[in-house]
Amino acid sequence: MKRTEKTQMDRRSFFKVTAAAGGGVLFSLQFVEEALGQGRGGATPPPSSPNNFIKVAADGTVTIVAKNPETGQGVRNMLPMMIADELDVDWKQVRLEQADLDDSKYTAQSSGGSTATPNAWIPMRQVGAGGRAMFVAAAAQQWGVPESELTTGSGKVTHAGSKRSVGYGELAAKVATMPSPDLAKVKLKDPSQYKIIGTRQPAYDIKAIVTGVPVFGVDVQLPNMLHACFEKCGVFGGKVVKANLDEIKKLPGVKHAFIVERPVLTDAVLPGEPGLENGIAIVAETWWHANSARKKLVVQWDEGPRANESSLGYQAKADELAKLPPQRTIRADGDADGAMKNAAKTVEASYSYPFIAHAPLEPQNATALFKDGKIEMWGNSQQPLRGRKLVSDTLGVPEKDITLHMVRAGGGFGRRLTNDYMVEAAHIAKQIPGVPVKLIWSREDDFRHDYYRPGGWQNIKAGLDSSGKLVAWKNHFLSFGDAPAEASQPIAFASSSAMGPTEFPQRFVPNYSLQASVQHLGIRTGALRAPSSNAFAFVIQSFLDEVAHAAGKDPAQFRLDLLASAPPVEAAPAGGGRGGFAPPGINPERMIGVMKLVMEKSGWGKNKYPKGTAQGIAFHFSHQGYFAEVAEVSVDAASKVKVNKFWLAGDIGSQIINLSGAENLAQGGVIDGMSELMNQEITVDKGRVVQGNYDKHGMMRINQAPPVIEVHFLKSTFSPTGLGEPSLPPVLPAIANAIFTATGKRLRQLPLSKAGMSWA
Amino acid sequence: MAFKINVNGQSTSVDVPSDMPLLWVLRDVLNLKAAKFGCGIAQCGACTVHVAGQPVRSCSYPISALGTKAVTTLEGLSPSGNHPLQQAWQTVDVPQCGYCQAGQIMSAAALLAKTPKPTDKDIDTAMSGNLCRCGTYLRIREAIHKAADIGPNASVKAVQTASKE
Repeated sequence: MKRTEKTQMDRRSFFKVTAAAGGGVLFSLQFVEEALGQGRGGATPPPSSPNNFIKVAADGTVTIVAKNPETGQGVRNMLPMMIADELDVDWKQVRLEQADLDDSKYTAQSSGGSTATPNAWIPMRQVGAGGRAMFVAAAAQQWGVPESELTTGSGKVTHAGSKRSVGYGELAAKVATMPSPDLAKVKLKDPSQYKIIGTRQPAYDIKAIVTGVPVFGVDVQLPNMLHACFEKCGVFGGKVVKANLDEIKKLPGVKHAFIVERPVLTDAVLPGEPGLENGIAIVAETWWHANSARKKLVVQWDEGPRANESSLGYQAKADELAKLPPQRTIRADGDADGAMKNAAKTVEASYSYPFIAHAPLEPQNATALFKDGKIEMWGNSQQPLRGRKLVSDTLGVPEKDITLHMVRAGGGFGRRLTNDYMVEAAHIAKQIPGVPVKLIWSREDDFRHDYYRPGGWQNIKAGLDSSGKLVAWKNHFLSFGDAPAEASQPIAFASSSAMGPTEFPQRFVPNYSLQASVQHLGIRTGALRAPSSNAFAFVIQSFLDEVAHAAGKDPAQFRLDLLASAPPVEAAPAGGGRGGFAPPGINPERMIGVMKLVMEKSGWGKNKYPKGTAQGIAFHFSHQGYFAEVAEVSVDAASKVKVNKFWLAGDIGSQIINLSGAENLAQGGVIDGMSELMNQEITVDKGRVVQGNYDKHGMMRINQAPPVIEVHFLKSTFSPTGLGEPSLPPVLPAIANAIFTATGKRLRQLPLSKAGMSWA
Repeated sequence: MAFKINVNGQSTSVDVPSDMPLLWVLRDVLNLKAAKFGCGIAQCGACTVHVAGQPVRSCSYPISALGTKAVTTLEGLSPSGNHPLQQAWQTVDVPQCGYCQAGQIMSAAALLAKTPKPTDKDIDTAMSGNLCRCGTYLRIREAIHKAADIGPNASVKAVQTASKE
């Protein structure tokens, strides 16, 4: 395999080195735009002033800035680990400092799409290596020896020949006077030299977490702070006609109560970032006082045009669409209809999956202080830059007058990609100048005002030739959005509701047809961990299993054969190098690699199981990560399912940054996938989401978790990619396929509880 | 209404509505932020604290029910933050986001106080009221076993947070 490694920052960066107070040194980055506007993936605005990633104090203390929002994915460790390793300091010497939002200093301060590792892999190491190079140069000058005779380690430069050694802190004053290196030219370590990258390092905040030190957004406490809740209409976009606010204002502890009217930034309440919604703010001494007063609210709502939305309606419409010709063709390779007619055997099935909620354990919250025309905020957004812009646009406060402190988030999973709670907090605080206000949503607010993973339906048909080879594939994909009357216009899918033209097994089946029909939707949708993939993998990998059984083949071997069948690689997608959703597409060799690894580790096909126990297998490529997974399940007569053991094999490139965090995330993906598989469903009635709390949207509990989840990483030669998402999608079909082999029941509808299944 | 309460060994007086849950007294009145708000209906366990040594969901426990019973929160679990569970949680590197972990540790502490050497089944039973949205359950089991091995009298042992490899 060819190594592909390209920097994500299409600009050159230089150090700017300055003396720090107390005799230390600051390493600042200065970016030189070379191809602004030509860069891939949308250029970030040019940083206009230098930023600080490393501070070395005269006493040798090393402080490294963690630039990205931490939502539990471990990025606060990972990016500084890259810097520290190349800087050649010991991890235990390092203090971390969380950056505030500052796009003039840092790039890409966001958390989403499993992008942090691939985007940071080169630049963060260059920052560390550039710092190291300067200490080496300073020592070389001081001692009058060639740089090539010097080595570094544990924050010291050593000259073995003369047995001299000097700490970085002692060199700091000299370094501050030296010219800066071009980071594109600094030499990076050979991976065999890593001392921090690839080790197991506990979360930097772990001591604070296990001793109860406040670190989360919800814990922010400021002098004279008030606490707010915000009541919105259950129907998206509904407006307040009137409310008993005079009565509410008299309730114990209540300081303010007022109606919030949505400013007309856009009419769209549903897409992407709808911003401030209509509602009623109650501000009180404590959150409990605010929420207690809220329960006494009597509101007359104008529910608007979405009050007739219902899950039953969606199902009825989908049933109707399934019988009609598809509205659009997304992809057509070969002649799927012709091949289907000539097929020796065909298999046909309908699959569906529901809307589900994110429900991170920390409820949505933000704290804001409006003073002298400026806003200071504490928030845990996954996209803080977008949040700040939304606040600015909505409240008319210039972005430069908004300070955002990035606070640890109690989970993200995609929910905090949008910033509705942030703009609510800012708006409420603006009405009470000089007083900090912390807004916390109730759990019911969170469940009923989410951006749901959209439901959908897929009607798939496969054709096999006489040798059992998959020769034709047709999918009529039913989703949400709007199909313009003009047939040449593409469907405008609701957020996260689209299927792309390269969805697997496209390119692996000569005659492939993907067609789509949509219905209009009046509730919000958005990205949930491994968006699209979290539903599509269940459908496609379950159906492939059906096809394998129909072909009379072992489901694992059938998959291997299919992966090997891709036409000779014209422009073989190299894979690796980037996270997110963009190409390159699946590299079959890498998937075959993890398939073989998981088969070996799980003893696929070699175990003799009693009746009711079996293994199932599935794979999926998402966010540039390759995962193949095997579940061993037992199902009893009462349809109670126990996952006895689970194996994952993943290829996310040449290097795992923090093995402890990586294994934890991969195992968490399994648990999360199991939640989605068995019990989670959001339904809508009269325009309102029915489920309001965890008791109605079942999440995995410890007694349902498998005793063992083995995680195996296959090191490949590709540049490292992210792990926040790709371990999750194969979990659902691996278990569902095991259930089929154990019971003969093919489950085609999520959640499995609908078919009477439950966890043992 | 005024209530005299004992939290983490300290007596204090609070003037709050009698139906105010203990969670909000702790968080918004006493500024003890370890116990977390997650669901408000005793479904997630993020708010778990000890009342007279028993784990309770403080989001659904009105202050008026407390009487003279002593409250312990994660802040007061051990004088210097080195309860065997706090050590084990660091060694095993349990948390992802970390939001549920205060509640997890308090539930686990109540379990170990009663059952010093729990089996997996004991752990599953005692801990099934505590949700972890990130899915760290396997590490929670491992850390509780490790804490049981460290034992209740080992709070002086050095915390092993360093790299294993």
